[in-house]
Amino acid sequence: MLTLALRSNPKFLSVVRGAVERLTEALGFPGEQCRAITRAVDEALTNIVRHCYANRHDQPIALYFRGTRRRNDGEVQEGLEILLCDRGPAVDTSKLNGRPLDEIRPGGLGLHFIRQAMDTVEFTRKGATNQLRLVKYLTQTNNAS
Amino acid sequence: MQISVRHHDQTTIFDVSGDIDFANSPAVRESVLHEIQEARAPRVAVNLSKVPYIDSSGVATLVEGFKAARDLGSRFILFGLSTSAREVLQLSRLTKVFEIYDDEQQALAS
Repeated sequence: MLTLALRSNPKFLSVVRGAVERLTEALGFPGEQCRAITRAVDEALTNIVRHCYANRHDQPIALYFRGTRRRNDGEVQEGLEILLCDRGPAVDTSKLNGRPLDEIRPGGLGLHFIRQAMDTVEFTRKGATNQLRLVKYLTQTNNAS
Repeated sequence: MQISVRHHDQTTIFDVSGDIDFANSPAVRESVLHEIQEARAPRVAVNLSKVPYIDSSGVATLVEGFKAARDLGSRFILFGLSTSAREVLQLSRLTKVFEIYDDEQQALAS
């Protein structure tokens, strides 16, 4: 469906946000979900830049967007699968905890935004690559087709 | 992204224009915290009417501004939130922490 390859420079975050917002609109997601998916991808990219690449701006990141589907209560649900791949050190998934939301302090919100937006959030390590898989399904009520 | 500062009576107003994301939230943070410390106005207001998008680092910047203002006994006010900005503050459960108004007129009258 769509592939984006970029360097880990934060100035490209807005470019990716623009692409994701247009793509999710084209796929028929309602506005609130378009914004949520865009936010999830943006936060995931930011985490890669900050944590996997320690703010180095010249490292490779690839995003793959493709269609997916599942059966849910006998209905076929179409969805969007997004893979974010980086070549940074392995992510320690045991440390992937956002802060409690009732604490008023800076930081710790990105992962919360990602999990809130997506139906599936999976981290895997494949060889020298970190892969974050995000999936969001169109529900019957918001599928325009 | 651009940020400018103006003063109205007892209020320091930050006018921000453009997305606040990881690329530029450090600049917003520096400007807001510096001005809060320098001006020490009883009321600090952030105009977000020209900010289409705020990410988690932008939210963190607003929380830091809120805390810096509170530590100096100042009120910290947001106004003109876009749909996306309001959503992100709701997700962060911060809409009841910040004073939020629809526009500048309401903010200054508060």
